[in-house]
Amino acid sequence: MTSFWKSNQRRLAPWLFLAPGAVLFAVYVIIPIFQSMWISLYDWDGLGTATWIGAANYVELLDDDSFYTSLKNNVIWLVLYMLALPLGLFIAIFLNQTVGGMRIYKSMFFFPFVISQVVVGLMFSWFYAPDFGLFYQIIEWATGQGIAVLADERFVTYGIIAAGLWPQIAYVMILYLTGLNNVAPDQVEAARLDGAKGLGMLWHVILPQLRPATFIAVVVTVIGALRSFDLVSIMTDGGPYGSSRVLSFFMYEQALSEYGYRMGYGAAIAVVLFAIMMIFISGFIWKMWRDERER
Amino acid sequence: MFDVKQGAIAILATLLMTGSAMAEQRVLKYNADYDPIPLAAMEALIADFEAANPDIDVQLTNFDHEGYKTAIRNFLTTDPPDLANWYAGNRMAPFVEAGQFLDVTDVWEANGLNDALASAAASMTIDGKKWGIPYTYYQWGIYFNKDAYKAAGVEVPPATGVDWATFVSNCEKFSAAGIDCLTTGTKALWPGAGIFDYMSLRTNGYEWHMDLANGKVAWTDESVRKVFAELAKIQPYVTANHAAIDWQDAAALLVQGKAANYVMGNFAVGVFKEGGMTNDNLGFMAFPEITPGIPRAEDAPTDTIHIPAGAKNVEDAKKFLAFVASADAQTKLNAAIGQLPTNKNSTVAADDPFISAGFEMLSSAYALAQFFDRDAPAEMAKAGMEGIQEFLVKPENLDAILERLEKTRAKVYQ
Repeated sequence: MTSFWKSNQRRLAPWLFLAPGAVLFAVYVIIPIFQSMWISLYDWDGLGTATWIGAANYVELLDDDSFYTSLKNNVIWLVLYMLALPLGLFIAIFLNQTVGGMRIYKSMFFFPFVISQVVVGLMFSWFYAPDFGLFYQIIEWATGQGIAVLADERFVTYGIIAAGLWPQIAYVMILYLTGLNNVAPDQVEAARLDGAKGLGMLWHVILPQLRPATFIAVVVTVIGALRSFDLVSIMTDGGPYGSSRVLSFFMYEQALSEYGYRMGYGAAIAVVLFAIMMIFISGFIWKMWRDERER
Repeated sequence: MFDVKQGAIAILATLLMTGSAMAEQRVLKYNADYDPIPLAAMEALIADFEAANPDIDVQLTNFDHEGYKTAIRNFLTTDPPDLANWYAGNRMAPFVEAGQFLDVTDVWEANGLNDALASAAASMTIDGKKWGIPYTYYQWGIYFNKDAYKAAGVEVPPATGVDWATFVSNCEKFSAAGIDCLTTGTKALWPGAGIFDYMSLRTNGYEWHMDLANGKVAWTDESVRKVFAELAKIQPYVTANHAAIDWQDAAALLVQGKAANYVMGNFAVGVFKEGGMTNDNLGFMAFPEITPGIPRAEDAPTDTIHIPAGAKNVEDAKKFLAFVASADAQTKLNAAIGQLPTNKNSTVAADDPFISAGFEMLSSAYALAQFFDRDAPAEMAKAGMEGIQEFLVKPENLDAILERLEKTRAKVYQ
């Protein structure tokens, strides 16, 4: 035993250190993924006996209007959430100055990310609320006809995304602020001597140095867009008539909500959502792996 | 001065004594989801029960109302109590079918409940057996603001209500006066289902409505279109933006006189009165008759108590159910929570016009429906309520809505 340990110590030690994390990761992440895939092949209400129905849940999904609504909304979320990057960068550059009291301004801009998504959702619900909401009143004053954003299927998803962007911009901003701290001053100096300024400076000198920050910002924004659940649940509960559903909310609705308890169907939605996330995740992993190798 | 040592000994002795007293008692575990006022009322009922049965100790575990709906699915299988709260109608079907509730037909027969609880009997029956005891229900109907009627110059409806043609023509007058004829808040979907239930019950009758809820009528059928055609008559007069507001927000509109009528359950009276309305300006009437001659059926959601299949103390649990079903217990409990007793031998407070009107209305009703989301299976209920909400916003989408609901029907009732 001891001789085995002695001879293999260097090979075993990393695995032993990894073990606690690896076990937890397996129990709470890896195994449930496969369980979900397994459950998605059953018809099960969470209580009675589960019936094997093969791919029937997926077939049903393909014929379900709510699924396409959710999918479409997810795409809108993904695209519009990317606005957090330029806006976050803009605010970060704006705040990257040495003025008295700058820390206070920075923390105020960062504030929306600190408060809970539920609170953000509630605030925006009141902001949009018909009759007494500020936004409603402004629109009414400007056009004579108020718009109840959260009751109108044309605007509801955009209204929720706007609420989601508020904290997301703050998050991206903080990532860029730390990135800007690491921009090499000598390069900026050199570029300035060569006559670079304004947008040219930003595009050719600053942005390339911010690439690591941009990468992280893209990752957190994509993940944020795909798991947009809390805001939808708080602000509209998927309504009006299901037009603001996204996949994560649809999954919750089918599997766990008051009118749901279709575990198999919910699991099938989860698997589809996982597949979509996998596209991005593999992209990120591939990029990280390539960067590692280049070093 | 108080002697600390002696006091401690005295407390210890009392503790030991109660401990030994409790050891002789049989424990009855009861899981429930009461809001504060009903909780106090049920605790009083339990105290009465324990006084009558000193050898039984009822241990009530109260859950948060919404959390309970998830929790019950867990505790029924893992740690079943001896009694559990739930709802009547199709809402209890999943638990009955999964064998999680105990058949309590014997309690009904031994205590003459088939007669005393006759109005709620149908909604407690699945496969010819009774699966629980109803202890309270409440009426639905139209609550209206008499001041809004006066402001618009519309004649205030008498207690017997108005007919459908009058109701619709009143709506036109309210519209001219800038008042919403009918208000609702469908953010949580179910308030819209109340309107639909009544349109359906009044247009095609109770049997047809239950057939629809049970999937025996196609949603694309002409009879369904008849219901929506009636609904279309008042659709333009329903509060705009109702999809964005909760039912309490709509209640505020009624209180402020910005809306005249509200199809709601009796629990809303508390909210209206908190907003400043009194028995003088808050009115109540049954939903108007639409198709002449159809027997009047009403919505009356019923709350129930069941014995889980895994209960350890079934005998005492049945004793408790019989007690809850008794006329006296129901009179006292419902007086405290401001709802209606299901036992027809109970009495209600005569000084509350809404309670006495409701008791009168329900006891003379031809039949009682539970509510759309309790009569129809969960999946159909959800899709149906979304369809109703969409129709109230965009009546021009009717064909698409009905086709979608028909697709859901084909899926749900296999």
